[in-house]
Amino acid sequence: MSLSAYLVAGYLVLIGCYGIVRSRHLVHAIVCLAVAQSGTYVLLVTIGYQKGARAPVFGSTTRPNRHVVDPVVQAMTLTDIVVSATVTALLLALSIQINKRHGTADPDELVALRG
Amino acid sequence: MTRRARLLLFLCGGGVLAALFVAGAVGMPGFGSTHHPDRDLAVPAAVSHGTANVVSAVNFDQRAIDTFGEETILIASTIGAVALLRPARGETERHPPDLGRTLESTRLIGYLLMPLTLVLGADVVLHGGITPGGGFQGGVVLATGIHLLYVTGSYPALERFRPMGAYRTAEALGAAAFAAVGAAGLIGSGSFLGNFLPTGSFGQILSTGTVQVLSAVVGVEVLGSAVVLLAAFFEQEISVRKNES
Repeated sequence: MSLSAYLVAGYLVLIGCYGIVRSRHLVHAIVCLAVAQSGTYVLLVTIGYQKGARAPVFGSTTRPNRHVVDPVVQAMTLTDIVVSATVTALLLALSIQINKRHGTADPDELVALRG
Repeated sequence: MTRRARLLLFLCGGGVLAALFVAGAVGMPGFGSTHHPDRDLAVPAAVSHGTANVVSAVNFDQRAIDTFGEETILIASTIGAVALLRPARGETERHPPDLGRTLESTRLIGYLLMPLTLVLGADVVLHGGITPGGGFQGGVVLATGIHLLYVTGSYPALERFRPMGAYRTAEALGAAAFAAVGAAGLIGSGSFLGNFLPTGSFGQILSTGTVQVLSAVVGVEVLGSAVVLLAAFFEQEISVRKNES
């Protein structure tokens, strides 16, 4: 049981890569990359989880204590999401340009470089 | 390489990776265990700087230099995407045609939710140090609020509400201000991005030193980036057309 969360993370990364390999459209490949990246979020949050612990935000009713989930991996997940969103935007912009220049978005038909 | 050969190559590599991953996962600390050494260090460090939201403390105080690098990635990808999405040779920007009709109820909900979303976004940015949230999340909420105008079907209104020059400047100023706060930390506390401001009383809005400042600065930059990026994609879809020749 305790292994399954880690396995879900690994499964997401591998199934995302499998999708990229089988892809017939650049936008499909980018979505598959997003799936693979979400595996890293699952892995990070899994590492930081503690049974029965609360969110790492304190206030007037919850005084600071150590029974919280790991804030370091949560911060890293946040970083991860921001970077993946902007990189996805960059890749989508690239796909639009490729589609304009070559008239296709199928990676298998993009065989030659063209200036 | 044929598709079949590529798939076979992937299955070999992926199989090895899967085996290594399972072997690694078996040796990991159990799911939900109480053993979290970095948590045990991060929480007291955040509390000592009066920051109630430990995730923000990690992002904008303990690992602020990492966030600075991430901000640079954000601005670099935005510049890259905008450069790629300029109208190419043989294309011109035209006045957008009529975008069709929107349901009255959709328009009503869009106009109702827009001010609420903007207020919520500002709240998430400005209370980033003491409640869940921060500059990254709040900046995205703010950008979403502005684009509710598009959902209401009024692209011209969105264009009026969104002077691009101002958002481009906001994005650049946000990144510059982050570096400036970092340099001020160098003078104030002896280390780049050091938390040099007084940390006040725990749980109050001005309690977190530089965390709140950096959160606001990042909020401005993320808002600018998101608006500039979405505007570039909108223009591609709506107003850039191939020249007929």
